[in-house]
Amino acid sequence: MPSIVKPLVSHPSLSRNELGLTIRDYEGSMSTLCAGCGHDSITAAITRALWELSTPPHMLAKLSGIGCSSKTPTYFVGGAHGFNSAHGRMPAIATGANAANRELTYLGVSGDGDSLSIGIGHLCHAMRRNLNMLYVIENNGVYGLTKGQFSASSDVGSKSKKGEANKMSPIDPVQLALSLGATFVARSFSGDKQQLVPILKAGLSHRGFAIVDVISPCVTFNDHEGSTKSYKYTRGKHLVATESDFVPPSGEIVAEIGQVGQTNVTMHDGSVLRFTRVPENYDVSDRQAALKYLREHQGEVVTGVLFVDESVPEMHEMNNTPQAPLGSLPFEKLCPGSGELAKLMEDFR
Amino acid sequence: MRSRINDFAIKLANVNGTGSASANGLIMQAIFRMGVPVSGKNLFPSNIQGLPTWYEIRVNPKGYTARALDYDLMIAMNAQTYKRDVQEVRSGGYLLYDSSWPLDDELLRDDVNYIGVPLARMCNENFREPRERILMKNIATAGALIELLNIDGAVVEKLVEEKYGRKKALRESNQKALKLGADYVREHFQCPLDFHLETMQANDDKILIDGNTATALGCVYGGATVAAWYPITPATSVMDGFKEFCEQYRKDPETGANNFAILQAEDELAAIGMVIGASWNGARAFTSTAGPGVSLMNELLGLAYYAEIPAVVIDVQRVGPSTGMPTRTQQGDLLECAYASHGDTKHILLIPANPSECFEFAPKCFDLAERFQTPVFLMSDLDIGMNDWVTPKLHWDDAYRPDRGKVLTAAQLEELPKYFRYLPQNGSAVAARTLPGVHSKGAFFTRGSGHNKFGGYTEIPDEYQEVMDRLLLKHKEAAGAVPEPVIIRREGARVGMITIGGCDPAVREALDILEDMGRPMDFMRIRAFPFHQKVEEFLAEHDYCYVVEQNRDGQLCSMLILETPVSKDKIRPVLIYSGYPLSAKNVLDVITSKVEELDAIYR
Repeated sequence: MPSIVKPLVSHPSLSRNELGLTIRDYEGSMSTLCAGCGHDSITAAITRALWELSTPPHMLAKLSGIGCSSKTPTYFVGGAHGFNSAHGRMPAIATGANAANRELTYLGVSGDGDSLSIGIGHLCHAMRRNLNMLYVIENNGVYGLTKGQFSASSDVGSKSKKGEANKMSPIDPVQLALSLGATFVARSFSGDKQQLVPILKAGLSHRGFAIVDVISPCVTFNDHEGSTKSYKYTRGKHLVATESDFVPPSGEIVAEIGQVGQTNVTMHDGSVLRFTRVPENYDVSDRQAALKYLREHQGEVVTGVLFVDESVPEMHEMNNTPQAPLGSLPFEKLCPGSGELAKLMEDFR
Repeated sequence: MRSRINDFAIKLANVNGTGSASANGLIMQAIFRMGVPVSGKNLFPSNIQGLPTWYEIRVNPKGYTARALDYDLMIAMNAQTYKRDVQEVRSGGYLLYDSSWPLDDELLRDDVNYIGVPLARMCNENFREPRERILMKNIATAGALIELLNIDGAVVEKLVEEKYGRKKALRESNQKALKLGADYVREHFQCPLDFHLETMQANDDKILIDGNTATALGCVYGGATVAAWYPITPATSVMDGFKEFCEQYRKDPETGANNFAILQAEDELAAIGMVIGASWNGARAFTSTAGPGVSLMNELLGLAYYAEIPAVVIDVQRVGPSTGMPTRTQQGDLLECAYASHGDTKHILLIPANPSECFEFAPKCFDLAERFQTPVFLMSDLDIGMNDWVTPKLHWDDAYRPDRGKVLTAAQLEELPKYFRYLPQNGSAVAARTLPGVHSKGAFFTRGSGHNKFGGYTEIPDEYQEVMDRLLLKHKEAAGAVPEPVIIRREGARVGMITIGGCDPAVREALDILEDMGRPMDFMRIRAFPFHQKVEEFLAEHDYCYVVEQNRDGQLCSMLILETPVSKDKIRPVLIYSGYPLSAKNVLDVITSKVEELDAIYR
């Protein structure tokens, strides 16, 4: 199926970004997911976010694990290197890739099986390292490629297509991320592109590990009556906690709003995450407040940028690595040479 | 009894965590500096404090330094193992014990000479702190050995000076303890013993180094910049060494930045994932591990093999299966590494025999990994990795430049009409790769799922098979690029003896003895897989070959039978796998049990 070629015709009136590229230049090959899959909406939002940010396609690295969600990096930015790795191991691959070259933009796409079961350990440790990347979980509460098993994000009582109810408590990636010290935590809904695009842009501009849990209904296995990850259920329980907009570095100068609980967060690259609505007594820089808010709204799908901290050093800063990619350092800088070796040999006498 | 100069073995039985390692190291290093061929083997438990640990030292004027197995002098400092230790002394040998307490009659042997030194009493009388009393007992023992074995006192003094030069109190304690031991034996016993040391000049171009340190240094010299690992015995000191050398040599003189990244992973799954990610992105990356780690890495090793991404794995082998015996040595991971992961895979293995080869092979691993775009294993083991070996000084050729393999530049990509990842060119089975961040024309989707030669996803039988067949060709091509076997021929030899890795000194010694017995054999030490052409030739040239290796199942034998045309009945396994470094006696015990078969040839 992926051999289906997408017609590459751009309308001359399509607008261009700072690099002179149209949004078509940020597309990839044709999706082979089921018609109506939430993941395709996320792909569209990612495409738009990257185009709007004018990320040079070759400076993007797209990584994924295994599963329906992990197929999606083929569907955007064809001019970027992609790495469809092994089930659950994407954070580890991304860690190594990022260690070798910090100049690229890293975007990982994962699913709830990939991130919350087989690869949960790697996800946790990528957060601890504050790996500089955007990590998107396309969360549908179900194993799609193997046809409908519950995942670790399935809610208690949520029903499978065959009517069986899940009995085990779910793992919420947002609460997990907040408790493990992730530095950018957000949730959104694949059906709300208005909200999702600025969140993705902010996540991409964040210095450190940005995790965005996107509820993304599975039209084939998890969009029925009794499911808590269906379009209908999510629309009904969707609670927008924060509303925000993303202002690029070269954009308008934004005055501090200064209202209680409201804030502008200046991202590391100079862009601004402008919160246009934050609930009273909710501070987006307060991890505990975010956790408290989530507890208070159990049973609802709380969305928005829930926590941001731009002050924590990311992996390279912790390791004091140079700006230039480690893989590109000239050999002369890496090899101490025969003279040093001869000197060193005296220590082993 | 006639005196034996520079030809004996001693064994020190201790309790671990009491500071015995530092005293053992002192004696070993002093003998090394006296220019005498020497080896030290640490037989230690998987424990921090309280369990039995032994240290063996063998000196030999001809340079035979594999384990001896019978001991001229036993230093019995551990009541837990005393009974067994006494039994290991050769008839007519000596046993040094702490005479602060009476020796149980049960432990006395008529044919052994006893040297009682009141170590605990002397140390209690001369040192105040409880911890110091324990530590200095070992140093006092070393003092006794200086006199008994005729160790050069000036050399020892200099070593203590170098080690504790700035720490006055410690230096004085050590000097005092050494004197206590030395004075006591000089006053009470005939010194030196009939076997003892005399200065030689055998070590002028040699160093004393362990294989893990040499491996780490090789990784620095080979230009590795990303190292990912999970702590595991006996590989941990590879990364400790790498870190130390990087701190020394890789701090950017202009910016102060670290021109390296060491990532302590959450597990070995992640460690190899990080190596693959970093290599995919153009860095020379490696991990250091042992068998249990390789077990976990199997999944992603298959990905690296199939997606053709370089990866270097340092496997310091220990005893398996499962947790096995983490502080004992074996060559039990050959099959695991050669065919790691599900599906059809074959990996490149380099098999060093000593620290010098660890240093030499480490950069080679990176060269081969990048040239053939595939995982490469350095198959070290605990004996090589953690014991100090007397080995030739390491040398570096400044003309060396890393072989980064076929990697397309932005300019080359610009000129191409279209780039396809797995399309080989110029008669080689290797296809050019591209790195992220270089040019969007080089972009492709790296995947472990079925792919065709263009890099596209496929489930079409012919397309899948075409790629798999090329991978096999690539592996065969590597046989011409790996280190050749070491071959030593003997006049009249019709039988061969094949070995690998750290078995080398024991096998060579055994072959000398066999030659003296009128049974000359040719020697071949295999240094890599895929097997070099010369391996096949050697097999073909001999009536049959013994294969000496340290595992139960004859893993090297299996690989030779699988991967060369040799017939199974020409392979005679000699398997010694109980976990200690090999002795020539281990080999001879097996061969002499097959003496009839041998005599049929050498009659």
